[in-house]
Amino acid sequence: MTTMLSVSNLSKVYEGGFTALKAVDLDIRRGEIFALLGPNGAGKTTLISIVCGLVNASTGTVKVGGHDIVTDYRAARSLIGLVPQELTTEAFESVFSAVSFTRGLFGKPADPAYIEKVLRSLSLWDKRNHKIMTLSGGMKRRLLIAKALSHEPRVLFLDEPTAGVDVELRRDMWNLVRGLREDGVTVILTTHYIEEAEEMADRIGVITHGEIILVEDKATLMHKLGKKQLTVHLHEPIDTVPEALAAYALERTDDGHALTYTYDAEREHPGIADLLADLNAAGVGFKDVNTTQSSLEDIFVSLVKQ
Amino acid sequence: MNLYAIKAIYRFEMARAWRTLTQSIISPVISTSLYFVVFGAAIGSRIPEVDGVSYGSFIVPGLIMLALLTQSVSNASFGIYFPRFTGTIYEVLSAPVSYLEIVIAYVGAAATKSLILGSIILATAGLFVDIRIEHPLWMLLFFVLTAFTFSLLGFIIGIWADGFEKLQLVPMLIVTPLTFLGGSFYSIHMLPPFWQTVTLFNPVVYLVSGFRWSFYGLADVSPALSLGMTLLFLVVCIGVVAWIFRTGYRLKP
Repeated sequence: MTTMLSVSNLSKVYEGGFTALKAVDLDIRRGEIFALLGPNGAGKTTLISIVCGLVNASTGTVKVGGHDIVTDYRAARSLIGLVPQELTTEAFESVFSAVSFTRGLFGKPADPAYIEKVLRSLSLWDKRNHKIMTLSGGMKRRLLIAKALSHEPRVLFLDEPTAGVDVELRRDMWNLVRGLREDGVTVILTTHYIEEAEEMADRIGVITHGEIILVEDKATLMHKLGKKQLTVHLHEPIDTVPEALAAYALERTDDGHALTYTYDAEREHPGIADLLADLNAAGVGFKDVNTTQSSLEDIFVSLVKQ
Repeated sequence: MNLYAIKAIYRFEMARAWRTLTQSIISPVISTSLYFVVFGAAIGSRIPEVDGVSYGSFIVPGLIMLALLTQSVSNASFGIYFPRFTGTIYEVLSAPVSYLEIVIAYVGAAATKSLILGSIILATAGLFVDIRIEHPLWMLLFFVLTAFTFSLLGFIIGIWADGFEKLQLVPMLIVTPLTFLGGSFYSIHMLPPFWQTVTLFNPVVYLVSGFRWSFYGLADVSPALSLGMTLLFLVVCIGVVAWIFRTGYRLKP
């Protein structure tokens, strides 16, 4: 798979002395959906801003589609669409003219048919002649996406796309992103909603304090760090875990009404069958069992805490 | 050259002017007409001719300059400041557009607007007083050069300003006083000798003088000097804009 975005040794120290990025290296593959996860202030927006040309890097290089963002900025930027985090839109222009404006800005000849297609896909077509200031917040968010797509980018940055967005728009957005991937567009989204990364991403990067501490396929990440838990609900509460079961490191929960067994699902013999047999042998009767898998959120929290 | 981008920004800016027609065209025309009524008709009739030109006609080039200067500065400064204020400047900065193209588009639009306005005022003045233009090409040259130079100045102010107050500050506190004291309404030869010398440090004197010369053949300083000073000011503005973009001053952290 070829690399679409290549970031190497990228650092950013702002004028006030704040270090937003510390020697970041990152490669994004062509056509993938990459989620950049991190808490507020981790450097996500700074990273995107440098790639898009809004912030000057202190050191390091960035290449988009093989084009350096400084020396060959025209070619690099032509490939990029950016949906910023803030709802920054014009006020008095119409939806249609604002989207056409962006297309022109990115050096593409006017193409009303294409703009219509984009507006329709974002349910904005009915609003095409409305002034932007009359749109709701959700509609403005759609407009920003339409603007970013107006020049047919090959790389799309979505900076916190679903912050403050209702369920319907969120679902529309996810569908849109999947559609873009089918067209071969590389999508990079930043989020602090784990659910979003879990739902959409092919690969996940975790950034905190300006450093990328992990980049992994989503599935691998979930495998690697995912713990499973088996909870056994008992007939009768017990005061102590029987000696015979000590090897399982069981935790007593719910005032002794349940026991929890934590195991690694990837192991060949997770020991569930043995545990249940040993419970029977020890005379602990149970009425129900259930298993849970740690979510990306748990993984994330444990990573960022380190 | 990203011509589509230049066209997009230029049209965007011109659309803004038509949307705010009252503010950008009608109100300057009305205020200039008031000057003609007050200085030209009411007071002007009691003022003797200046070097053989009636006072009403004499002030026409100065009034056009006044409008050209203030409108170029305010148009251009607002044009670039507003997207900075709302944040929509991100689009322009992230687009495959060179700095030169950005400047051509914004400054070109602002200059176009003030040239349209200046032409309207010239036509309006023709309704009130007699006007003759002795050197039409020179007149056009000063007209266009001034519009572009002061639109560049406005562009610089729009990037420097970090609030609406500062945006008003330079036009109100510097451009307007310099224009009034720059011989828009009088020949600097009417001043006492000391103030004549002081006035020569005012760049607007050269603009007004050169412009008036192209109308009536009357000049406070030689037309060549006027042209030279205008070009010098243009070069200084271009230099500052180049510096702004090279360093990313107030645009790129």
